[in-house]
Amino acid sequence: MIVDVNTFVGPYPFRRVPDYTLRHLTESMTRLGIDQAWVSHLPSVFWRDPMEGNDWLLQATGEVATVAPVPAIHPGLPRWEAELDRLAQLPISAVRCDASFYGLDPTGQEVHDLVRACAGHDIPLLAAVRLEDGRQRHPHDRAPELTAAAVRSWLRVDAGLRLVVTHADRAFIEEVHFGSTPSEAARVWWDVSWVWGPPEDHLQLLLETVGIDRFVFGTGQPMRLPEAAVAKLDLLDPSVEDRDRITAGNVYAHLGRTMGGR
Amino acid sequence: MLIDVHAHFYHDRTPRQDWRERNQSRLAAGERMGITLHIASILGSWGATSPTYFPSPVDLDYANRWMLELQRANPDRIVGYVAVNPNFQEHALEQIERYLGEGMVGIKLAASRRADDALLDSLCRAAAHHHVPVLQHVWQHRGRDWPGQEASDAVELVTLAQRHPDANFILAHIAGGGDWLHSLRAVRGVDNVHVDLSGSGVDGGMLEACLDAVGVERLVWGADITLDTGLAKLRYLEHLLDSDDVTRIRWKNAAVLFGLPTARDTAS
Repeated sequence: MIVDVNTFVGPYPFRRVPDYTLRHLTESMTRLGIDQAWVSHLPSVFWRDPMEGNDWLLQATGEVATVAPVPAIHPGLPRWEAELDRLAQLPISAVRCDASFYGLDPTGQEVHDLVRACAGHDIPLLAAVRLEDGRQRHPHDRAPELTAAAVRSWLRVDAGLRLVVTHADRAFIEEVHFGSTPSEAARVWWDVSWVWGPPEDHLQLLLETVGIDRFVFGTGQPMRLPEAAVAKLDLLDPSVEDRDRITAGNVYAHLGRTMGGR
Repeated sequence: MLIDVHAHFYHDRTPRQDWRERNQSRLAAGERMGITLHIASILGSWGATSPTYFPSPVDLDYANRWMLELQRANPDRIVGYVAVNPNFQEHALEQIERYLGEGMVGIKLAASRRADDALLDSLCRAAAHHHVPVLQHVWQHRGRDWPGQEASDAVELVTLAQRHPDANFILAHIAGGGDWLHSLRAVRGVDNVHVDLSGSGVDGGMLEACLDAVGVERLVWGADITLDTGLAKLRYLEHLLDSDDVTRIRWKNAAVLFGLPTARDTAS
């Protein structure tokens, strides 16, 4: 069983991605043996009101049994709480907030209010450190990357928060993990999409130091080749057992809305 | 068969205490992936006693000797590039003559001097004379100077390649950072520049753009410092292309470019 917590549909504004449809996503899942996917709406990350993409996402994903939506919440806009209340009644896996893309301070009051609200609804919050390599971003793509300090602050705001962070590298993960108490660190899950495999063996190391319980499978497709996440698991040392905890076990064990309750 | 045209190893005088583990990890992962030949370089002392991208002659000689010893210890799976710093012309030419004479198969240029600099001309003439390619470190669209290196971009490499039509060049790590679309526009139609697919990037659409820009004929597979992303690109190419075309990218193009015995076997 493989659950991909990090997928998108819809066009990316800063470069051409050959195919970004839901059909393409499901074909890619079939090709790689990915059973289920959490799906976000990519264009609305850049909209003034990213929540305007939620209805489309809910409708589109509602027609495909193997995908579940990750709608967006912009906690700087009026009545965002009502949107979260609405989403809480629907079959979603998590909500996402790309604070810096929205022009919000990730350590500011609005985002901390969202953290508390997600904890109150028992909905996992998902956030991406980045969407593209910082060395190749479009000149107008200037939103700061999410910082480890912001993630640490979220974990401290509410003990009920369950957090999924995508596109983080080794240094980021280590900074949050060892900069948090064990109980704080136990409430964040990292996708493997941006963690290096051999010969640097960052993933192998993190499984030993941070622990296999902290990792989930994520690809970042279609902006990233989903083959990369599969390949880095295939190249783990054969001594790594329970690989299925990364591919699905941790999601099912700890992120209860895995497929929106379906 | 699978040839990695962009591999690196470490030695005992680099800052890394884990140099043995990294070398071993490359070989072990390479075995799992089916890499039959690592074409590799060592960039001086990797910063220990001179900067990685501005290596001193002493560090280069030590690294090249180490690389040659690796090649001799693993004759069936490792061959070397001789790495040189064009700022030290006499030393660079001496190293090229010595280590190509010892069996190395290419010249590695990092970022000690822009690719279109006149100081590279003598090195390129040596490459053409010995029929070996030049692997040029490239920052895909260098929009500004980056600390620690005098990085070149594809436009500068193309300028050099057009000055030396008898030499072959490899544009390093198209997925290694920066605007790869800029590079692919630059190398389109420049037949003596090949594109190595290495780098940590696995952007959706990048491989399609590579194929559109230079075709199967001028793509060579490599990993650089992330074998997992190299494997991912290989698997995606298997989805995009038929097996003959994948084979060219996996090893046949490289075998011809480097004049490896496998190419002669294939031709016969």
